[in-house]
Amino acid sequence: MARPVIPTTGDKARWTREVLEPTLRKSPERPGPFTTISGRAIDRLYTADDVAGIDTTRDIGNPGEFPYVRGIHPTGYRGKLWTMRQFAGFGTPEETNARYKELIAAGGTGLSVAFDLPTLMGRDPDHPLSLGEVGKCGVNITSLADMERLFEGISLADITTSMTINSPAPMIFAMYLVVAEKQGADWKKISGTIQNDILKEFIAQKEYIFPPRPSMRLITDIFGFCTREVPRWNTISVSGYHIREAGSTSLQELAFTLRDGLEYVQYGVDAGLKVDDFVPRISFFFNSHSDFFEEIAKFRAARKLWAEAMKTRFGATDPKSWQLRFHTQTAGVSLTAQQPYNNVVRTALQALAAVLGGTNSLHTNSLDEALALPTKEAVTIALRTQQVIAHESGVTNVVDPLGGSYFVEALTREMEQGTLKYWETIDRMGGMVEAIELGYPQKEIAEASYQFQQAVERKEKIIVGVNDFIQENEPPIEILYIDDKASEIQLARLEALKASRDNGAVRRTLDALKKTAAGSGNTMEPMLECVRAYCTVGEMCDALRDVWGEWEETPII
Amino acid sequence: MDRKIRVVIAKPGLDGHDRGAKVIARALRDAGMEVIYTGLRQTPEMIVGAALQEDADVIGLSILSGAHMHICPKVVELLKAQGLDDVLIVLGGIIPDQDLPKLHAMGITGVFIPGTPMQHIVDFIAANARVRSDA
Repeated sequence: MARPVIPTTGDKARWTREVLEPTLRKSPERPGPFTTISGRAIDRLYTADDVAGIDTTRDIGNPGEFPYVRGIHPTGYRGKLWTMRQFAGFGTPEETNARYKELIAAGGTGLSVAFDLPTLMGRDPDHPLSLGEVGKCGVNITSLADMERLFEGISLADITTSMTINSPAPMIFAMYLVVAEKQGADWKKISGTIQNDILKEFIAQKEYIFPPRPSMRLITDIFGFCTREVPRWNTISVSGYHIREAGSTSLQELAFTLRDGLEYVQYGVDAGLKVDDFVPRISFFFNSHSDFFEEIAKFRAARKLWAEAMKTRFGATDPKSWQLRFHTQTAGVSLTAQQPYNNVVRTALQALAAVLGGTNSLHTNSLDEALALPTKEAVTIALRTQQVIAHESGVTNVVDPLGGSYFVEALTREMEQGTLKYWETIDRMGGMVEAIELGYPQKEIAEASYQFQQAVERKEKIIVGVNDFIQENEPPIEILYIDDKASEIQLARLEALKASRDNGAVRRTLDALKKTAAGSGNTMEPMLECVRAYCTVGEMCDALRDVWGEWEETPII
Repeated sequence: MDRKIRVVIAKPGLDGHDRGAKVIARALRDAGMEVIYTGLRQTPEMIVGAALQEDADVIGLSILSGAHMHICPKVVELLKAQGLDDVLIVLGGIIPDQDLPKLHAMGITGVFIPGTPMQHIVDFIAANARVRSDA
């Protein structure tokens, strides 16, 4: 009996000559291009030749071991499934509170708060720029009173909450802490995440208020405060999601996000913190886009890059500092308004890529999100998609099932090497803050998004239902329509609040906040006092605007 | 010779998602139009001011946050007050079907949702913009 032949190095050249070339002469391949959605060229076959330089022990290792390519948990999803965390928020705090209670009842295991644009931009509902925006893209939170309504009947000691808030992160976090305090929950035990990632706002999503340097100080103030007072809180969720949505490639998402992470660690160290005291509470947030294997490679490379950078660049010795934990959201930008039911399939594939990449928590988008905020029915299908992957597909039985795949390992290495190259460029500029001030990542992303759009226009990239397989006269689907009731309610509440609270205390606490901001103390303490006095988000942000000014970008097309 | 079509692309409101606005700005420029991108967080007053100052033939609004039914009527009204009611307004973003009749009634017929081919937008503007003479 013939022994099985294990392909060895050098075999690819022979195969190309003896098998491939005669075949291509007879039946040529489709015209292609055979590239990822990011434009990366992909070979038709990967063999042992493509992973020849990889030392499996040193470069890949095993799950739960440095450099964590195969995951941070030795048991993968056998120990614990990822957290199914659905981002939600709209209208008044009461409406969102009701949606949270439904999500918890449907088996959701964590909350994730979406705020409206006025809250995200530190403006009260009565500001002229808030016109038409109150409660539209998320829930409106103006003061502590709204935060109390948002979590009414939900015990903060028993649930973890993720809050997507950046410039006003300290204000919103302070409100959460005061609600927890009023519920009798111990700050030392509560857990959750604030996004608190300002660098990607300057790079991509543009929800910034203050200039980069004071913005970085607010973040290191939170690092310092939480290390002492709220040790289980994830102080930052360094986000590639928005970088990708703004049009970056998969590699740019990986490289810029992790480089943002390095910048935060450096600023923390410069502020006098010890690496192993605050780095374990840094978490990440990635996009899972449509190119299946490129995304999986991105997640695997991310863990390795972070582990090695923490060890060698910053001398971290606690394995918790090396282990990159991340949340994933499927790609909103990949959803189409045309034939929206196809989005369920897109989301399922993207979610599967995130799971095969070892995500620690996951949000799946709803089928109607290219049209509006999702309906309750659409959100349920999105959650069910995760449950089908977790409980029916079988992929959770084994840790890192794609480990050792020639293709996946080769691609993982390519992502790693490409990232290191981007880091060199950014390091030469002096760091990420400097690179942002020069407009470097912004320019790279604008270029990539235009290239992609052109590829779609030329039909080099097919989007089903959009530039091919088009269907005329589609029946409309039912969507969630948010009226202006929330705006009226929140405006009336703001007026009532200003009439009923102790406005002397408001002035005193805001003055104290300004004084600290102008000096060098930790801003979290005076922020908590402002919140307890029912200062509004707009008032607290205005106080800091007075001291630090506002950031304005030069747009790059 | 006819002067180039002049387009002001604006991002009104608080939203910072500017990918669409920037891609369109570049596509219109590549199609031979003159494009002025206002940047983020523009009030209707600022947008109409820019259109006046730039002698624009077209205003392109990019709104993804759901605030379009507040912003569009204001822009239309302010343009009218300035005597600029011949300026073509086009709108891109997340716009529910049910808002279309009201937008059409305001005179906004070029409404483009995600997935619209860029060429389609270029053609719409080329066919509907009224280019002022240089005189």
